[in-house]
Amino acid sequence: MAGRGTDVRRQPGFGLIAGLCLTILYAPILVLVIFAFNANSIVSIWTGVSLDWFAKALDNEGFHQAATNTMIVSITATIIATMAATAAALGTTRVRSWRGQSAAYMTISLPLMVPEIITAVATLSFFALVASVFGINLGLGNLIVAHTVFCIPFAYMPIRARLEDMDLTLDHAAADLYATPWMTFRRVTLPLLAPGIVSGAALAFIVSFDDFTISQLVAGPGQQTLPVFIWSMTRRPMTPELNAMCAILLGISILFISFSALIGQRRR
Amino acid sequence: MSSVVAKAGLEIRNVGKLFTQPGKGDFRALDDVSLFIKPNEFFTLLGPSGCGKTTLLRMIAGFEYPTEGEIRLNGDEISDLPPYQRPINTVFQNYALFPHLTVDQNIAFGLEMLRRPKGEIDKTVDEMLRLVKMTEMRGRKTSQISGGQQQRVALARALAPHPKVLLLDEPLSALDLKLRKEMQIELKRLQHETGITFVFVTHDQEEALTMSDRIAVMSAGKVLQVGSPRDIYDHPANRFVANFIGETNFLTGTVLSAAPGRADIKLGTGAVIAAGVPDGMTPAGEVTVVVRPEHAVITDPETAAVKGTVDTVVYFGTDTHYHLKLDSGAPFTVRQQNRRGREVHLAAGQPVGIDIPGGVAQVLRD
Ligand SMILES: Nc1ncnc2c1ncn2[C@@H]1O[C@H](COP(=O)(O)OP(=O)(O)O)[C@@H](O)[C@H]1O
Ligand SMILES: [Mg+2]
Repeated sequence: MAGRGTDVRRQPGFGLIAGLCLTILYAPILVLVIFAFNANSIVSIWTGVSLDWFAKALDNEGFHQAATNTMIVSITATIIATMAATAAALGTTRVRSWRGQSAAYMTISLPLMVPEIITAVATLSFFALVASVFGINLGLGNLIVAHTVFCIPFAYMPIRARLEDMDLTLDHAAADLYATPWMTFRRVTLPLLAPGIVSGAALAFIVSFDDFTISQLVAGPGQQTLPVFIWSMTRRPMTPELNAMCAILLGISILFISFSALIGQRRR
Repeated sequence: MSSVVAKAGLEIRNVGKLFTQPGKGDFRALDDVSLFIKPNEFFTLLGPSGCGKTTLLRMIAGFEYPTEGEIRLNGDEISDLPPYQRPINTVFQNYALFPHLTVDQNIAFGLEMLRRPKGEIDKTVDEMLRLVKMTEMRGRKTSQISGGQQQRVALARALAPHPKVLLLDEPLSALDLKLRKEMQIELKRLQHETGITFVFVTHDQEEALTMSDRIAVMSAGKVLQVGSPRDIYDHPANRFVANFIGETNFLTGTVLSAAPGRADIKLGTGAVIAAGVPDGMTPAGEVTVVVRPEHAVITDPETAAVKGTVDTVVYFGTDTHYHLKLDSGAPFTVRQQNRRGREVHLAAGQPVGIDIPGGVAQVLRD
């Protein structure tokens, strides 16, 4: 068999390299999580298993505030970004080709390539300008707007990919069977697009949920999100409480990813 | 024309389609096509790939708009209506069943869009499932049934709203030979039972001959001939039609005398044969005449007017094809049925005579 000779798993040293990569990737995370269960108040000295630090973390007023902010910002930004991305994906695939279509595609996906710190500084300057010229400060709304904007390209990619895979004759078949354009969208395009929308939304949520750079610059007092709050904790003497917070954050991410993968699978 | 008489049927009047392709120049896919398709007719568009069959069908369905001419259904102009306002349904070449719906939901789709009452929808879906013999599969997803079954669901889905016209774009081309023969019979039965006008597209001449009431032969965006299968086969109007439908022998000769519908032709070999002439044509001078291989008969070289020698003999079980070379040098094929006791044993190089009975030869228009 030709496949056997070229199977990368049979190359010498494959196991070693794979093991090394996986260790470098996951060992630090594993250590971080393990030490969340440390009874000692100094992170690096192991004295026994305890859940105290989780209790302490969940009791932390700042942590509560940050978690609430994160949820409000991420969920709102995800919903708005996904709707905008769906509309954008439809507008760039399901229409007669128009002048500037590829330019529009570039414009939508370009933010993925711009260094995040530049987006962050630009966003900060923008809100500062709006505040000084119009005297408008939306508070947490600023953060929501910022997150929505940078989430759109992430939500757009899987939705567009799904649309491009979809058979256009299905839309024709619906129109042939007396469905108006709106009914064709509701009864055929949208249900078939759903897995793409779920993937897009999941991606947008994860990106918003763990965003640090932009949130750090844009968030005003009392508007810290979880990543920003955890970062601020590292500037004080570190206890396993920090590990516990990270473990909780990780747990939510994993739960969420599994959930969206499950939905994606069932749709198939 | 001061008044348009409302004729029942589908009328394609001087329809043309010019595709404008930025940067590549324009492409004329259809050129002055006029057809009249009668109610309850099984009408076939036949032609080689790329001749514009799908384009014409898409214009009837409403996915494409004609750049010239008009399309009328029972007298009403429909060329400008969107697809969802035309009482016309399509069976797509790739079936285009909705993958997120079950078999019965697919069939109900059109009726739901027409806002028919629930009771009526259920009744019609049951009826359609029975008609295409898919009742047992009604709850399945379309990915869980075979190609032939998908084909039948696509048919049921298109027939359920009881359209005035059903369009079928090469619906059998994806099926294997056996299933294809079954579906040909099935389609004829469905057309008969529903009384709906079928406009059927194929590039398969045999399929067209066996299924159609009438055939339009198309080439390069033009309709070359419209007629019953027998008409088209026995009286092809030109070289393309004669060649495209079945096997044919081409002979050249000069016109001796011509009457309406008939002419005496003197062949290059000196033989004189009586040939049919297309309507409205007055042949003169040099013409091409076609003779179907099964219409010619091999006879004694001594008495026959047309003579030649045997080139090759190919045995087909039910019949035998004799590939001959005429004395004029032209090739000529004769096909004879293998009846018990009437076999002709011929060897390569043997001289033979060819009898062309009066009226089987046909003069071509061009
Ligand atoms: N949208 C289009 N733009 C340009 N040319 C087209 C378009 N659609 C079809 N054509 C051309 O028109 C011709 C007829 O196509 P089609 O109707 O699909 O042929 P058929 O169904 O007989 O095989 C082909 O040469 C095809 O390339
Ligand atoms: Mg075609």
